[in-house]
Amino acid sequence: MSDGVIKVRSDVPFLGALAAISLMYLLLIVGMLGADLWYSVTSMTRAEFFGILKDPDIQASIRLTVISCTLSAILSVVVAVPIGYLLSRYRFFGKTLVDAVLDIPIVLPPLVIGLSLLILFNKVSLFGVTLEEASGWLMSPFFPKGSDPGVTYRVPAVILAQFTVACAFAVRTMRNTFDQISPRSEQVALSLGCNRSQAFWYVVVPESWRGITTAGTLAWTRAMGEFGPILVFAGAIRGRTEVLSTTVFLEISIGNLEGAVAVSLLMVTIAIVVLIGVRIWDKGHQARI
Amino acid sequence: MISIDRLEVEAGEFRLKGISFEVPTGEHGVLMGKTGSGKTTILEAVCGLKKVTGGKIVLMGRNVTGLRAGERGIGFVPQDGTLFSTMTVRDHLAFGPRLRRWGKKEVNERVEELATELGIGELLKRKPFGLSGGERQRVALGRALATRPEVLCLDEPLSALDEGTHEEMVSLIKGLVKDHGMTALHITHSRREAEMMGDVVFLLEGGSVGVEGE
Repeated sequence: MSDGVIKVRSDVPFLGALAAISLMYLLLIVGMLGADLWYSVTSMTRAEFFGILKDPDIQASIRLTVISCTLSAILSVVVAVPIGYLLSRYRFFGKTLVDAVLDIPIVLPPLVIGLSLLILFNKVSLFGVTLEEASGWLMSPFFPKGSDPGVTYRVPAVILAQFTVACAFAVRTMRNTFDQISPRSEQVALSLGCNRSQAFWYVVVPESWRGITTAGTLAWTRAMGEFGPILVFAGAIRGRTEVLSTTVFLEISIGNLEGAVAVSLLMVTIAIVVLIGVRIWDKGHQARI
Repeated sequence: MISIDRLEVEAGEFRLKGISFEVPTGEHGVLMGKTGSGKTTILEAVCGLKKVTGGKIVLMGRNVTGLRAGERGIGFVPQDGTLFSTMTVRDHLAFGPRLRRWGKKEVNERVEELATELGIGELLKRKPFGLSGGERQRVALGRALATRPEVLCLDEPLSALDEGTHEEMVSLIKGLVKDHGMTALHITHSRREAEMMGDVVFLLEGGSVGVEGE
């Protein structure tokens, strides 16, 4: 055998290590969900399970969760698309700093986000007016007389708390999406007579549709899982600012583990349905393209 | 005529200065240069896609240096065609005319005319996914020609094609430029392509442009 020829060692240890590490993490996720399912099956009957979910407070919580998450996701996409595009396509002074600031909601402890929102709205004032008071005045024409519109400890606080975190994830997704679309397409559109806005709407937005869907889904599911900022900024008020994540907390705090597990399983189901639903819709959309 | 006079362009660290050359009206000018020499930067400056820091670009007697890309009356064909993935071939051909608010009948007539001329009539309902390299370049050419520009800018349009398609496209592009009385600026690194297509061939070397053979 010549000196240049070697016996290549087996790939099995490398592939085995990849598979083992992946399997361990997958088992942890599936194990968690399986444990919830096992506990609910062994600790309550089917009638009891659905009885918990039919409770008027939990029904109100489900409704508020769906509405607030949908609004947060829409708001997140509306904000994330222009920010993502700006970061992807333009160079400007302080871009690195802007980029880092946009990650703050992702890295900050959730309770700190809630506390910061609470202080921003209630403790900081400009010309003697807090943001909470200003928002109350702005909202008052849309509310019946005698009601007390505002943000803190009300539904808008739930949406704002969800949006603050969910939008940061949507921005990351949109930036990656635009990074993957060649600026050449826009340049061709410009040469054909588009201005930047037309090139964006006619060429970039249709090509980034998949990214927009992903950003919206991620924002929706992220918003549903949000708990810390909601607890601090919106409170966990039964029938008023209670969403499914706070329901789990409220049920645990009163010692109703069965209720907490039933709601948790509902959240898991909703998350799976949303993820699969969007993928199916997206596949259909791609097939039509 | 395409007239570039003491052009200065900056792109990050890269800088081109004092670039001058002319392509006479109705001729096919080829700008050759090695990869990274700045030939695409010059083409982008001519198309209005790269900011010019000095000098003058005159197209068919009109100083377009300060004009936006869409106001220069140029048809631009990028390297790999760069088709819009969500649009049909028909939409590509109709894109420019629709932006200029041509009537529906006029747009349809122009699309049919181009489809026949470029031999892509069968592809009108297709989207770019699955089109061959030659078909993609035909669509890109059609999109660029739809509004009847006087100047055609081609950025290495044949570099990704196999030999058979390459020959086919060479005669198609040469024919189109002559038939439509256009003036073309064509970028390539292939000497063979330059010799086959160019009425006048320029060489970009060491930051300056000279006429090949002079």
